[in-house]
Amino acid sequence: MSDLITLTIDGTAVSVPKGTLVVDAAKKIGNDIPVFCYHPKLEPVGMCRMCLVEIGLPVRDRATGELVLNADGTPQVNFGRTLQTGCTIVVSEGMVVRTNTQPVDEARESVIEFLLSSHPLDCPICDKGGECPLQNLTMAHGAGTTQMDYSLKLKMDKHVPLGELIYLDRERCIQCARCIRFQEEIVDDPVIRFHNRGRSLEIVTLSDPGFDSYWSGNTTDICPVGALTTSDFRFGARPWELIPVASISVHSPAGANLTFSTRREAKSGGRSVIKRVLPRQNENVNEIWIHDRDRFVHQFADAPDRLQKPLIRKNGQLVEAGWEEAIELVAHKLNGLGEKAAGLSGDRLSNEDLFLFQKFLRQGVKTPHLDLGNRTIMGGDVTAKVGISSGSNLGELGQGDAIVVVASDLHEEEPIWWLRVKQAAQRGATLVILSARPTRLDKFASHTIYYRPGEAVATTRQLLNAAKIAVETAEPDPIKTAADALINAQNLVAFYGAEGLTLAETDTIARLLGNLLLVKGEQPHAGRKNNGLIAVWPHNNTQGAWDMGIHPAFGPGYKALDIPGKDAAAIYAGVQSGEISALYVAGTDPIGDGLLADRGKLDFLVVQELFLTETAKLADVVLPAQSWAERDGTFTSGERRVQRYYPAIPPVGESREDWRILAQIGEKLGLGKTPFAASLVFKEVATAVPAYKGMDYRSLARVEEQWPIIGRSDLYYGGTAYDNKHGLGQQWAAAAEAAAVESFDTADTPTNQPDGIRLIRAAALFTPGTLINHAEVLAERLAKPTLWVNEADASHLQVADGYVVNVAVNGRAVPAIVQMNGKLLKGTAVLRGVPYFPGVVQLEVIGNR
Amino acid sequence: MFGEIIKGLGTTLKHLFMPPVTIQYPEQKRPVRTRFKGRHELKRYDNGLERCIGCSLCAAACPADAIFVEASENTDEARYSPGERYASTYEINMLRCIFCGYCEDACPTQAIVLEHNYELSFYDRASAIYTKEMLIVDVPVNGRATPQVVEPGVFTRSIPDMENPK
Repeated sequence: MSDLITLTIDGTAVSVPKGTLVVDAAKKIGNDIPVFCYHPKLEPVGMCRMCLVEIGLPVRDRATGELVLNADGTPQVNFGRTLQTGCTIVVSEGMVVRTNTQPVDEARESVIEFLLSSHPLDCPICDKGGECPLQNLTMAHGAGTTQMDYSLKLKMDKHVPLGELIYLDRERCIQCARCIRFQEEIVDDPVIRFHNRGRSLEIVTLSDPGFDSYWSGNTTDICPVGALTTSDFRFGARPWELIPVASISVHSPAGANLTFSTRREAKSGGRSVIKRVLPRQNENVNEIWIHDRDRFVHQFADAPDRLQKPLIRKNGQLVEAGWEEAIELVAHKLNGLGEKAAGLSGDRLSNEDLFLFQKFLRQGVKTPHLDLGNRTIMGGDVTAKVGISSGSNLGELGQGDAIVVVASDLHEEEPIWWLRVKQAAQRGATLVILSARPTRLDKFASHTIYYRPGEAVATTRQLLNAAKIAVETAEPDPIKTAADALINAQNLVAFYGAEGLTLAETDTIARLLGNLLLVKGEQPHAGRKNNGLIAVWPHNNTQGAWDMGIHPAFGPGYKALDIPGKDAAAIYAGVQSGEISALYVAGTDPIGDGLLADRGKLDFLVVQELFLTETAKLADVVLPAQSWAERDGTFTSGERRVQRYYPAIPPVGESREDWRILAQIGEKLGLGKTPFAASLVFKEVATAVPAYKGMDYRSLARVEEQWPIIGRSDLYYGGTAYDNKHGLGQQWAAAAEAAAVESFDTADTPTNQPDGIRLIRAAALFTPGTLINHAEVLAERLAKPTLWVNEADASHLQVADGYVVNVAVNGRAVPAIVQMNGKLLKGTAVLRGVPYFPGVVQLEVIGNR
Repeated sequence: MFGEIIKGLGTTLKHLFMPPVTIQYPEQKRPVRTRFKGRHELKRYDNGLERCIGCSLCAAACPADAIFVEASENTDEARYSPGERYASTYEINMLRCIFCGYCEDACPTQAIVLEHNYELSFYDRASAIYTKEMLIVDVPVNGRATPQVVEPGVFTRSIPDMENPK
């Protein structure tokens, strides 16, 4: 209790933790001290002076240190002569704060008057108008008149693009520096700055392209005026006309919580459309931040090229048909095929879709052959056992804790995790990075170990072995010191990705890291809160696909199957050899991904998709599915948090939910009646998957009080991020939490270590793809195919910056622009912005200019 | 009693020779009062630019939810109104409108005015929705039609500058 400080604010006593600021303490008891520059997630600066309050401290006798008492026995309080900024003053015992006195009111009026002295007051055309802290606080605390001469208002540029995504209105800016501080303090991208001084002060971007940050959209949320707005939502609608709908990111394996703002629109023929995407607060997942891919990639949901009706191939042409006919045909063709049939799904689909997908194939079609179409990383069975424990929050890691990141560039693969890991490291957690190349996270790491591509498994094994040995080695070995730091940490979280790894290698790394979490035999890290393994999955619901049993060897809930089916590679081989005669593809595009050359010897190909993909073009039946914005469902994040999303827009054309299509075909194959709601499918999931027991749509929608308070009536405080009213989700318990887990078998994996320069593929957040290509605003930001080489290697290859070369990758020629990268190890080359390829290949450059 | 009948018929007779109060509508129309609130019009500036900036405040003020506005961005190559924003869709559902004039009060540019036309009748509900083309007034004599091609940097402000109180 000694950490609590009691103070009095407007006569109300409040106890808050030591170090709390006066504004926060007041906020906790619902006393809104107005602020502009202060933000609960940023360091206070006290620039705007809006939070001026009277702060009094109890008077102590200089000699004795005793409190001086008034005649009536209350402590004497000295308020000093001036008002003080509540956002910079830390509370102290016995402090008395007065926020409703005349001097305070006058100060607020003056500050508002001053801030408006050059503000254009063009609220009618401002995108922030209606959810603007300046507007609200002016109404609440402004005088309504001014002594300023209107003719002295500065006329400045109203439309300054800080890049293609964010526009600056120089007149509206009140110079609070929230955006600049956010870029610097929170996301370490100091690409915008103040320029000039006084009334000429303006925000400028220092980067090329302008405002080059994955987090730029967040500055528009926290901007307390309409100075920063997104190009995406420019004049899209007035905020009060929008209907908020809770959702989950369809890209992010961390499961970022979003809010869609939807509106019916004449331009879209009277359809409800998504006008913008804003963050939804979930302090356990994304706090109140989302990166620009989550914010700006939503247009695909309403794209004109979405499939509207089922297509059936007749006389060699895909022609539109009715649902009844399509379902009848698919059921008829697949009935009784048994092991001649196979299924491939994507890991963007919801848990409900994936559960019915495996049920449809295993019980309806009676084939064991099903897998993810494009699996790039293994280890779901490991995370089920030693994954990060339920109730964990990466935001709680700090001093005494450790995080290890293996073979993953979190900043590109999942910026939310990058942010959370970075912040943990800044709070004092030990960060160990094992990587083939420098990444954005290295700056915050205590131990960085670079290995040559192909040596990831060996290096991780060294780390694990070093962790097992207690004795001190004579000479300081970086791996040993890193291992000691990890193993002696109070809490240990391990991330692993798939950069430059083959599927088998990722499996071994998952197991090695699993063992690392189990090294401390009696009291292993695994199973304790804020400990465990996190796989950096490529998609939003890869974890869910594991849980639902989209795996040739596991059923739902990781139940090992007696006779495992064929995996994706074997299915692709079977298609070519004729062993597989019918293929059901849902939400994945093997031909477009280059995993399958053509239809091979398939008799029958069904594709269930949003768009006419390369695979769909060759299909016999194409079934139009609904995107996640049109229906409800659940995704399971990489931290194994099951989260609900809600329907935001009406279905496109005649499209149906993936699970409904599967259930309706399944009905013809004797799987029983089609459930009439996704919640009922989830009920079935909760029965079949032991870990999901006790979850239902109602429990997933539960919310708790979160700090800081973010939401509509608290705009001035936290920005326009939405408060969470639709569910924080539930993290399911890993096996290690209930009982001890045996260490994993980590057989040696064959690795490819080619001679010469070793080439790996690196992920980029804006790698071109079907979904992201529909986002027009991001067109300029899409990662261009780039080959990073070390200078020494470049001269050896006789290439230089800006050369356009063809790189041979697994028999294909990939065009790329050469970029020197001095940070790369010699002998390592990196391809970025190109489609996925696994493992390490020898760099072969064909033709250069 | 006979006298009363004569008296009553006398009143009738008197009225026969009085000028009639009825007028031959629609051939004849009676002028309305200056502050009469009839059908809305969207006004233009003298140079032909539209006053409406698509701010949607009229729609927000409307108690009957009769107004629907969608905004788009002006460019100097295709300028509809001064400043950055104009109404690309402007619809009033005349069946919903109660002619209260709140929209007029809310308008920051005096773009929407309830004028004197009261002849609003429709054969179906869809034709009760007046679009921007139907609501906007003709281009003034010395003005140009919108969209206009204008010199850059001239029409930068949507809302006329505020003047000091006198």
